[in-house]
Amino acid sequence: MEPVVHLRAAVALLGRFPALAGIDLDVARREIVLLRGPNGAGKTTLLRALAGLVPVVRGEAVVLGCDLRRDARSVRPRVGLLGHGTGLFDDLTVVDNVRFWGRASRADAGDVAAALALVGLDGHLRDIAVGRLSAGQRRRTSLACLLARRPELWLLDEPHAGLDHETRDQLDELVRRAVQQGATVVLASHELDRAESLAHRTVELVGGMTAHPDQPGFVRGDGRPSDQSREQNASAGEVTHVA
Amino acid sequence: MWRDAVLVAGRDLRVERRSRVATNQVAPFSLLVLVLFAFALDPDRQLLERVASGLFWAAVLFSALLAIARSAAIDEADGVRDALRLSGLEPGGVFVGKAAAVAVVLLALEVLLGVGVVVLYGVDPAGAGLLALTCVAATLALAATGTLYGALVSGLRVRETLLPLLLLPTLAPVLVGATRAFEAALAGVPADGWPWVGLLSAFAVAYLIAGALAYGSLLEGS
Amino acid sequence: MTPTTSSTTSSASSTSAARPEPPGPTGPARGPAAGGASPTSPAPPHTGSRGTRVLGGAALASLALLVLYGLVVSPADAEMADSVRLMYVHVPAATFMYAGCVIATVASAFWLRRRTPGWDALAGAGAEIGLVFAAITLGTGSLWGRPTWGTYWTWDARLTSTALLAAMLLGYLALRRLDVDPGARSSRAAVLGLLLLPNAIVVNRSVEWWRSLHQQSTLVRLDPTIEGDMLVALMLGFLAIGLVFCWLLVHRFRLGWLEHQSERLDLDAALAARRAEAVPPAEGT
Repeated sequence: MEPVVHLRAAVALLGRFPALAGIDLDVARREIVLLRGPNGAGKTTLLRALAGLVPVVRGEAVVLGCDLRRDARSVRPRVGLLGHGTGLFDDLTVVDNVRFWGRASRADAGDVAAALALVGLDGHLRDIAVGRLSAGQRRRTSLACLLARRPELWLLDEPHAGLDHETRDQLDELVRRAVQQGATVVLASHELDRAESLAHRTVELVGGMTAHPDQPGFVRGDGRPSDQSREQNASAGEVTHVA
Repeated sequence: MWRDAVLVAGRDLRVERRSRVATNQVAPFSLLVLVLFAFALDPDRQLLERVASGLFWAAVLFSALLAIARSAAIDEADGVRDALRLSGLEPGGVFVGKAAAVAVVLLALEVLLGVGVVVLYGVDPAGAGLLALTCVAATLALAATGTLYGALVSGLRVRETLLPLLLLPTLAPVLVGATRAFEAALAGVPADGWPWVGLLSAFAVAYLIAGALAYGSLLEGS
Repeated sequence: MTPTTSSTTSSASSTSAARPEPPGPTGPARGPAAGGASPTSPAPPHTGSRGTRVLGGAALASLALLVLYGLVVSPADAEMADSVRLMYVHVPAATFMYAGCVIATVASAFWLRRRTPGWDALAGAGAEIGLVFAAITLGTGSLWGRPTWGTYWTWDARLTSTALLAAMLLGYLALRRLDVDPGARSSRAAVLGLLLLPNAIVVNRSVEWWRSLHQQSTLVRLDPTIEGDMLVALMLGFLAIGLVFCWLLVHRFRLGWLEHQSERLDLDAALAARRAEAVPPAEGT
């Protein structure tokens, strides 16, 4: 089966800075892949590049069958990104925000209501202006916007940050359920224990490049043929933890 | 595209309804400008009445700068730009929707300023049809140009200062045309005013088309 | 920006940068090395070449001729006396100011279609030199206005619209100068550059219309019928100013091109540096 994500020696720029200097990554459908690495390793940029927001300027990059170097736009409606920014309008209520972004992505009223219910914002909170919510509640609103879009590929940037314990469990449950229904997930998180138990597989990023999972000193990203065993692990969806 | 425009216009107007920036800040500011003009000039009724058209449109122009900056700020909130690019909304539709929302706010301001000019400067309104059509055409021109230029400077650190520098010379024809058309209407010779309304309409249409086409590439450049 | 430092490491071959039109073999701005394989021949550390030196020499010679004809040979005007001599600079400068705007707008349109950096550099060069000529036009215009109209400034349609055009050029160049992501800067500048000429025309027409409604021009216009040595002087003015314009344009374009090249090389160096981050094995993992 065609992988959902296929990157080879992918380079992407933030201004003039090569935030991604050579990424090799394959993600199969229904896989949950965790990106880990120190600050500045390129995790956020990689997620944004997968969403078609940061142009890939070198290498191969195919996401959901779309070649990111030719046509990054067509992949965008099919992915959901939970990024650092909330993407919410502070003056509007929770339900107005979710409804706007839902309708923008051609979701109907049922999708919006279901998304609000899934994140537990269908109670009295739905009619409160987002600017008056706590950071965790805003995060949940962003998550509802993502759910209303019904994306095929979930890109979660530090999804656990700022959430209480209970909400984190809820989030993990939502992710697992989405994967059961056919979605694919790539996430970056510093909550390693939690994220690693959620993810099927971990990919290490260093200096904008992907490190080989079994040989920490060996860094790939030069476009050489990928390691066979890793490919098999990936397609089988096995858990291959580092460390 | 029109569906997206309606959606975005509705959102911007809803944000305005909740935040009340235009009603609580821009509207008082524009009335204040009218009062300040009277301070700066001699509060001699005859002089004020003669230059009322120009002062009215200058006040509209200054208020429009604020309304445009406010409209652009809505889409500068944390992560909104990314969300817009991911949403699948037609960029041309986003542009038309934002311009429409700005136009609604500006038309309301113009009604208020019109009352202000009548009360404060003692202008006798005449030629209502020409006045109304001038307002509509000039407002569309202001809203379209402003929304395009607002996107042009959005996200830049110097946007507050760069926006007027780019916008004001470009809007000179709108100021000239709207003022002349108002003068013609108030002087009771509407025939002199219609060509200016034509110019304003052409300007508005040209900028609406240019903005709808260019908005996508402005949204992309982060 | 110093051309000498940025260009010493540039890989631009002098021939590829020499044409006023953007060189073809360059890759799109997004893929710095996609079209790649640029020759690694050392670049000239300046923007001159034999062609520009000839052009510069011709410009100097025609300027000298213009001085001779404009100030010595041609007679004073019966009506305007010696102030007519300003016209030999003023009229060509105004013409080439518009030429700069045309270049900026056309190059912006091509940038939006092709996205090759040459068009971006050409648009910037056109606007910048257009602004220089706008300043010359305004300066000579108001100097001429002093004896003719008795004032440095009058709300003459041409002066007013030139001033507004200068303001628009200033805004455009201010946007270009911002230190943001080059790709974003180029697309914003191209949209603004595309609007430059239409805006200039609309401003010019509306101001002209506005002034002509108020007072039928009782003022002496700047286009009396001229003949003989005065015509020769005016033609010389067009030639000299035109050559200066071309010379400036070629140099400014090459400078922009070299700036682009240096940005591109910065990228390769940055990529190497970024990759070096990953080389020492991360301990503790």
